[in-house]
Amino acid sequence: MKINNYHKVNTLDEAYALITGNKSSSIIAGGAWLKFSKKTIEDAIDLSNLNLDKIVEAEETFEIGCMTTLRNVEKNQSLQNFYDGIIVKSISEIMGIQIRNIATIGGTVAGRYGFSDLIPVLLVLDTKLLFYKKGTITLEEFLNLKGFNSDILIKIIINKKIGKAKFISMRKTSNDFSVINVAVLKNDKECKIAVGARPNGAIFAKKAMEYINNFKTYNKEVIDECASITSKEISFGSNSRASKEYRVELCRVLVKRGLQEVL
Amino acid sequence: MKNVNRGLPSIDGKGLMMGIPAYTDDLADANSLIIKVLRSPHPFAKINKIDTNRASEINGVECVLTYKDFKRIPITRAGQGYPEPSPHDKFILDNYVRYIGDEVAVVAAVDLQTAEKAIKLIEVDYKVLEPVLDFEVAYDNKTIIHDEPEIHEMFPIGFEPKKNVAAAYDMHVGNIDETLKNCDVVYEASFYTQAQAHVMMEPHTANARIDCYGRLVIYSSTQTPYHVRRIISQALQYPLSKIRVIKPRVGGGFGGKQCIHGEFFVSAVTLKTGKPSKLVYTRKEVFESSFSRHPMRFDVKLGATKKGILKGIDVSVLSDTGAYGEHALTVFMVAGAKVLPLYNKVDAVRFGGKVVYTNHTPAGAFRGYGAIQGNYALESAIDMLCEKLSIDPIIFREKNMIKEGESSPIFKIMGEGTEGIEMNVESCKLDYCVKRGHELINWKDKYPFVNGENSKVRGVGMAIAMQGSGIPYIDMASAMIKLNDDGFYNLIIGATDIGQGSDTILAQIAAEVLETDLDKMIVYSSDTDLAPFDCGAYASSTTYVSGNAVVKAAKNMRKMLIKEGARSLDVKEEEIIFDGVLFQTEDGKKSITLSELSNRLFYSEDQQQLVATNSYVGTKSPPPFMAGYVEVEVDTETGVVKVIDYTAVVDCGTTINPLLALGQVEGALAQGIGMTLYEEVLYNQKGGLITNNLMTYRIPTRKEITNMNVEFADSYEETGPYGAKSVGEIGIDTPPAAICNAIYNAVGVRIQSLPVTAENVLMGILKNKEKRNEK
Amino acid sequence: MKIQLIINGYKKELEVRPDEYLLDTLRNYNYLSVKRGCDSSSCGVCTVLLDGSPIASCSYLSIKASGHEITTAEGIQKEAAQISTYFGNEGADQCGFCNPALALTVYAMKRELSNPTDEEIRDYLVGNLCRCSGYVGQQRAIRAYLEDTL
Repeated sequence: MKINNYHKVNTLDEAYALITGNKSSSIIAGGAWLKFSKKTIEDAIDLSNLNLDKIVEAEETFEIGCMTTLRNVEKNQSLQNFYDGIIVKSISEIMGIQIRNIATIGGTVAGRYGFSDLIPVLLVLDTKLLFYKKGTITLEEFLNLKGFNSDILIKIIINKKIGKAKFISMRKTSNDFSVINVAVLKNDKECKIAVGARPNGAIFAKKAMEYINNFKTYNKEVIDECASITSKEISFGSNSRASKEYRVELCRVLVKRGLQEVL
Repeated sequence: MKNVNRGLPSIDGKGLMMGIPAYTDDLADANSLIIKVLRSPHPFAKINKIDTNRASEINGVECVLTYKDFKRIPITRAGQGYPEPSPHDKFILDNYVRYIGDEVAVVAAVDLQTAEKAIKLIEVDYKVLEPVLDFEVAYDNKTIIHDEPEIHEMFPIGFEPKKNVAAAYDMHVGNIDETLKNCDVVYEASFYTQAQAHVMMEPHTANARIDCYGRLVIYSSTQTPYHVRRIISQALQYPLSKIRVIKPRVGGGFGGKQCIHGEFFVSAVTLKTGKPSKLVYTRKEVFESSFSRHPMRFDVKLGATKKGILKGIDVSVLSDTGAYGEHALTVFMVAGAKVLPLYNKVDAVRFGGKVVYTNHTPAGAFRGYGAIQGNYALESAIDMLCEKLSIDPIIFREKNMIKEGESSPIFKIMGEGTEGIEMNVESCKLDYCVKRGHELINWKDKYPFVNGENSKVRGVGMAIAMQGSGIPYIDMASAMIKLNDDGFYNLIIGATDIGQGSDTILAQIAAEVLETDLDKMIVYSSDTDLAPFDCGAYASSTTYVSGNAVVKAAKNMRKMLIKEGARSLDVKEEEIIFDGVLFQTEDGKKSITLSELSNRLFYSEDQQQLVATNSYVGTKSPPPFMAGYVEVEVDTETGVVKVIDYTAVVDCGTTINPLLALGQVEGALAQGIGMTLYEEVLYNQKGGLITNNLMTYRIPTRKEITNMNVEFADSYEETGPYGAKSVGEIGIDTPPAAICNAIYNAVGVRIQSLPVTAENVLMGILKNKEKRNEK
Repeated sequence: MKIQLIINGYKKELEVRPDEYLLDTLRNYNYLSVKRGCDSSSCGVCTVLLDGSPIASCSYLSIKASGHEITTAEGIQKEAAQISTYFGNEGADQCGFCNPALALTVYAMKRELSNPTDEEIRDYLVGNLCRCSGYVGQQRAIRAYLEDTL
């Protein structure tokens, strides 16, 4: 990785001009993963001066600035109680504190990493993203966008609701990336299930959600069936961490365990 | 002033935690040229053409070296006694590359950026050759990995490069075929172990400079400074007398630094340019381009009577040394020599096989050194045999294992690279270790398993192990003690502290003999100009071999002191009583303090410098023993295995420093647990290492290793310094077998290929379920 | 380019490349307690404190740190020495290569968490790998240090 010019910008306009002005420009979030890239960045854009590292709790939402470090999200008092602290818990499992003090929520979301522990959680939490040009779109829409570069993610907006939620991940060692991860949520309206690190990025288990949302009470059979539907509908792959077959089996077990917790 | 068998903090611990510059790269010359190595992208290829012109022309590039710059001198990078039992099959640089990561060319430049830029401009035309990527088909393969005419063995080690054989070995005691034929039960099983990585926290690091006397001074993060000096001299044909090797503090070795790494390149660059140079391996280079543990396949056959008497052990081994043969034979032999004597009452033993070349990262020395691989195979097979016999595995072991005062024919037949030494084990508290571990882990309430919460099952398992204490009649250590004015000493040793604390424990030993305080015994070690010879930190030798040398030197010093004390008081030597501080006559009428005596010797009368030197070479290699017990929890729905408790009871003779000995065992257990449960090694189809960084190669974190319970048996080895044997390696041997036995006891899944992965355990559980359903 | 850092309480102006990582900068300027281990923010031996919080200096651009406070083990000599006595008493120090970083992380943890449980200690320090000790000795030492000094 090589950086030719580094800009600590003072306005979003300035950042936008840089990012659209040059193909090989890039926004630097935490910057931790940059070093694995082989490319040369002509203009690196640092948003540190734009006061985008705050968590604002409003009546109906949490708004998390893109430059907020994962560790600061993890330490936020209100989030510790929100949906059983699912955001906090999923972040606390990510590698070590030394990286969580660097990595930002904006970089984590915009990077759309397959191994992300946070994205499945944000998916089930009904999350919207505010972009500089595109305006507000849902996280799911963003994940489905083909190709994405010339815009700036400003905020992550999470709707405040009350309910139970559970994040479960499987890793080889505690600071490893997830072999698979699962987020399950239940509020007064619905139940949501998302699966990530398949090893591809997180997606909803739509058929399983449709199935479980038909029920008002949930016995063991319903939960088992829902877990089984999830493991069948979601596509998995093999990589160095696990085979496809193992992920299918783990998915079923983890979704079952998640549902048992939240229902 | 008791110093031995006392838990003192290591003498360098405080300074190192404060971050005082002490490691190799901390001490590099600030103006060092930065060295980068161009490495092979192919597992096997011939370099048709290499063009370094464009690289050399860059401003700031001081030198580019290829195979053309070196004389063709075959050497081994294994830091072993000379002549080495490893084949001389490596050139500093060659026109063939034999694994992905092998060295092609070397660039030295004013800074890293320039060096990296230059590396990219070296043009290489490779003729890509068919590699051997599977060690089970390497023997007599149509691809010959080492076809160079100059390579050779130093003495017969079964070297047959035309058949891809780096070394071969076979031995037997009794008639194994006959014995097995007459057994009531014969059990056969195969086992595989992986190419574990050392993952010492400090990457391989070396730097060099020419000093004001025109001599080459190499700083290296090495376990064997004296072997480094010898090998550099041979490889570069540069006089031994003009080379000085200094080993600063080392950030972990575990055998990985018992092989030469960057020393060739810093030496060659500095000799060529006259300028200081340095090389720090990237973590990727440490994984891909240094050394690993030898992966092995074991085919084990055990025979026993119905009553549970083990009669015969037949072990055939295939070992993968990768592209070069460092430690090929010796690691192979230790897989038998430090395992088979555990069951010394058998009628017949056969052990043998080959160490083959492949186009993978070379294997080398690694704590356990074959014993951990062999222990995994044998101690797993013993449990499997016991199940077949319906005999409790602990009762079986107690009946068949070696006991104090006994011997084994293996000791005489198998050494390390050569024949061994006949010996009785005069100190062996293995029976105590087994009993005590059994009690500590509460085996009787937990064996074989206990159902836990939800889908969890807990199982217990165990294994016994032995190691050695140095290589008798080969590896020598020496020590020098110098008296200073005011009555403090310098202890000057060749022994190599790589973090295990040898400087501390050797000072404790010297202080014990001289009845002084540890802070009056100032240690200087591992500098080939200033310190006397020591083979280095390997083969579990430092406490026993170097420790004995220190005892001998300190006793000499004591004699000298008494002589001078007597002279100063004008009495006979026999009349002197010396307590470390005061020399006095029996009646107490005449006395002089050590401080006074030393000042007298330096400044006033009978002026002279007292220096005592002595050395030691072992005549036996008394084995430390241990019993390892583990409780695991298996999640039957995910296959995840967690170590709940690891209990180890160790007989290492006297613990010179019980705290540091504890650290050795705890650390070794964690590495053994890592090899068993976490450290998966994966190659891609092309032969490249996938697990070549710390994001893909997982060593245990502090959340995986939460509970260990280590005790030491009360034991005394007559030939050891103050009764000590070794403790550096023994701790690593039991986890693979003990954990696999525990998993089997918990869920009935037998893992015969390391590492245990959650996936394999779960697939085993599901298969068992299917079988049950079929019934 | 020039950056300003406050290193261990002192204002420093340093020359860096835009793509230079803090680990390289600090070692270039002779803060040698900061070690290079893995270059992938996995091992923790390069830990320094950025405004009091532990970060992996191998993965933090120096230029991003401009204007901030950096603490290395050179800046907490008294505490590091104190922590080391607990390590010494538990047989927890071996090669020492990971120890300056571990001392810094323990120091930061002590200021961030009050009376942490064993599990919380492990969670906080999980990014500090060690290959020598097997961790259990470190855990005993850190617990004893916290008990005595909180």
